[in-house]
Amino acid sequence: MFKFSKTLFVLALASSTSAFAVDHFQGIGRQATPAEVKAWDIDVRPDFKGLPKGSGSVDRGQDVFEEKCASCHGSFGESNEVFTPLAGGTSPDDIKTGRVRGLSSGELPQRTTFTKVATISTVFDYIQRAMPWTSPKSLAPDDVFAILAYLLNLQEIVPGDFVLSDKNIADVQKLLPNRNGMTTDHGMWAGASAAKGGIGNGGKPDTNNKACMKNCKSEVQIGSTLPEYARTAHGELQDQYRSFGPVRGTKTLGAEAAKKAADAGTLDLATKSGCMACHGLKSKIVGPGFNEVQLRYKDQTDAEDRLVAKVKSGGQGSWGSMPMPPNGHLKDEDLKTLVKWILTGAK
Amino acid sequence: MLDITKQPGHLKPAPENFLSENQIEQVGSGRRDFLRNAFVAAGAAMVTPLAARAASEGDPNILQNPAWTTSLGMPVATNPYGVPSKYENQLLRRESPGLARVGGASVSFCPLQGLFGIITPSGLHFERHHQGWHDIDPSKHRLMVNGSDDSLLKKPKVYTLDDLMRLPSASRIHFIECGANTGLEWGNVAVPTVQYTHGMLSCSEFTGVPLKVLLEDCGVNYKKARYVLAEGADGSSMTRTIPMEMVESGEVIVAYGQNGEMLRPENGYPLRLVVPGVQGVSWVKWLRRIEVGDQPYATKDEAVHYIDLLPSGLHRQYSSIQEAKSVITSPSGGQTLLDKGFYNVTGLAWSGRGKIKQVDVSFDGGINWQTARLEGPIQNKALTRFNINWVWDGGPAILQSRAMDETGYVQPKYGQLRAVRGTKSIYHNNAIQSWKVSGNGEISNVQVL
Repeated sequence: MFKFSKTLFVLALASSTSAFAVDHFQGIGRQATPAEVKAWDIDVRPDFKGLPKGSGSVDRGQDVFEEKCASCHGSFGESNEVFTPLAGGTSPDDIKTGRVRGLSSGELPQRTTFTKVATISTVFDYIQRAMPWTSPKSLAPDDVFAILAYLLNLQEIVPGDFVLSDKNIADVQKLLPNRNGMTTDHGMWAGASAAKGGIGNGGKPDTNNKACMKNCKSEVQIGSTLPEYARTAHGELQDQYRSFGPVRGTKTLGAEAAKKAADAGTLDLATKSGCMACHGLKSKIVGPGFNEVQLRYKDQTDAEDRLVAKVKSGGQGSWGSMPMPPNGHLKDEDLKTLVKWILTGAK
Repeated sequence: MLDITKQPGHLKPAPENFLSENQIEQVGSGRRDFLRNAFVAAGAAMVTPLAARAASEGDPNILQNPAWTTSLGMPVATNPYGVPSKYENQLLRRESPGLARVGGASVSFCPLQGLFGIITPSGLHFERHHQGWHDIDPSKHRLMVNGSDDSLLKKPKVYTLDDLMRLPSASRIHFIECGANTGLEWGNVAVPTVQYTHGMLSCSEFTGVPLKVLLEDCGVNYKKARYVLAEGADGSSMTRTIPMEMVESGEVIVAYGQNGEMLRPENGYPLRLVVPGVQGVSWVKWLRRIEVGDQPYATKDEAVHYIDLLPSGLHRQYSSIQEAKSVITSPSGGQTLLDKGFYNVTGLAWSGRGKIKQVDVSFDGGINWQTARLEGPIQNKALTRFNINWVWDGGPAILQSRAMDETGYVQPKYGQLRAVRGTKSIYHNNAIQSWKVSGNGEISNVQVL
């Protein structure tokens, strides 16, 4: 038996050595076709490997940006409403030095994309792969070049008549305001060090705490405590813990504060849903004030259902000739929250 | 500290009015029909004596068998995919208000304050999406492996889940921490509980194929290909550069399994990259493509975000390793201690550079330290649970934990970290966390320099 196994093993080894070298995992996976690789390999590197051919003007970029990007980023890439701003925060001097001065001087209220990015390829790559927000990968290369040209112009890196293309993008790289703003001199890269052809200092940490055990200092210096507003900003903490076990969540919101927080949340919802453009809490704007609505419906038992239906489908005549537009975009639960809030005295 | 009558099971002798309204309600809603009927019949005036009599005999939860002891329970497979008890509705993934404006590019934090051991239940694993999540049809999901040019990889290949799940697999327990974990606290204390200070942290057993196996199957040229680009299949098609040294070590896994089941959709179903010790953003979810290259890629999430702003105005780029860190999860901020006396102080420690070697705990704000018990087995780049006994004397205290990893690196104090990196970095805040206990048992988040 032993002899037999041994023979079999030797045979198996002999027959497999060549097979292993060529095709280790037979039958697993298949070769990708050139068209498949082309379809997915869309990354653009700092040396512009992967950059598609194409071009786009600042003017055209402004149009595309207005149509596809401005609703989130603002017409001038300045908006902080949905995402952090794209543009702003750099000076002509930064374009000369390649270092954004505001990053160290403390003058910068908020970092924008162009105060940070050191590689123009990054911005091209990202717009191409991920923008616009709700329909990523829908932009043709010429659109991406145009949008990028517009952003560069907003940043005063290129003039208004500029046409960005795969031919001149390397020249634009040399003008990026924070092109010299990155360092890799740290110990947090998980691969080979720069000295060995990789990145960073080879894992050397930048702090050197000691595991002192006794009388490590003479006093405890508290640098910061939780501000009162932050104590309640995360809702009722008591509800974020089990009601059994070694501790309880601290009760952070009283009943009144909870109502206040709920009111503030609903007002926020009403604002976001566009209600406050036409209705005041206590005054008529285009439509009636919510106080008037509450008053009119106060004795009607089916008020909530009726009002939900009216807000949803819109209407005209109850409060004058100005029509109320339908609000089909609102979720049913939000609609109910809003109507309840109005009927119980919106604040 | 809490009113003792709010602690179930405690018997407190008192001549009158010793039951809280809440407890009377509990008695009333239980199976003590005679008592409840007596309440109804006798009215408020009679409540105290009856309740007092009941409590003097002992705990009604013992004296009277509850419904679950005196009736038939549910049959098997009532829940074919089991769910937690209906009483477990407090520990949930939660967002921090104001952190992000759109849910598709937000974070939900893991409720570390009430979890045990080191494994995060998959349904409570923290979330960070860059452009929303999808539930991808695994039969239509593909993984492509290619080279940035032909000299780096002989044969670009496409793998299906069928292919990948036929290959030799590895299962390993690793932590994943977002680079921005504790980022809200770089400048000052900003959030109340450990869920929000440290909850971009989870730990799972991941199962999959070492990436090295796939690269070698495609004929990678290790001499030239020193970087790997990982790309997701979501709208953001998020990309990150991974060092080939890590892939060659066998640590990097193309994972489909998490805690014995398939990955959850929010965590990358059906395929994600596992890059142990490295910040979460590199663990690309819904992984669809691996490219090998000869230089780093400066993708959006390593050239605009996940870069560390220093006081000099320079940003550190390609910072990836999550350095040693620890936090006491209970007692911790936003909690109230029940009473004076004994507590098991418990927490988590981890290091992106290997195993945890030691965790020390201080109760006096860092003047004196004691070494905590580490629960084994201690694993490489995994959460490690620590515990230490404590008797609270009712006085003020400041609780801290300090991790040391196998390289000898010791978790820094806030003052030490800020001296090098300033206060505006957002990323990689691994400073020692402090929880202040007040005389009333309330615990709050403070920073000790």
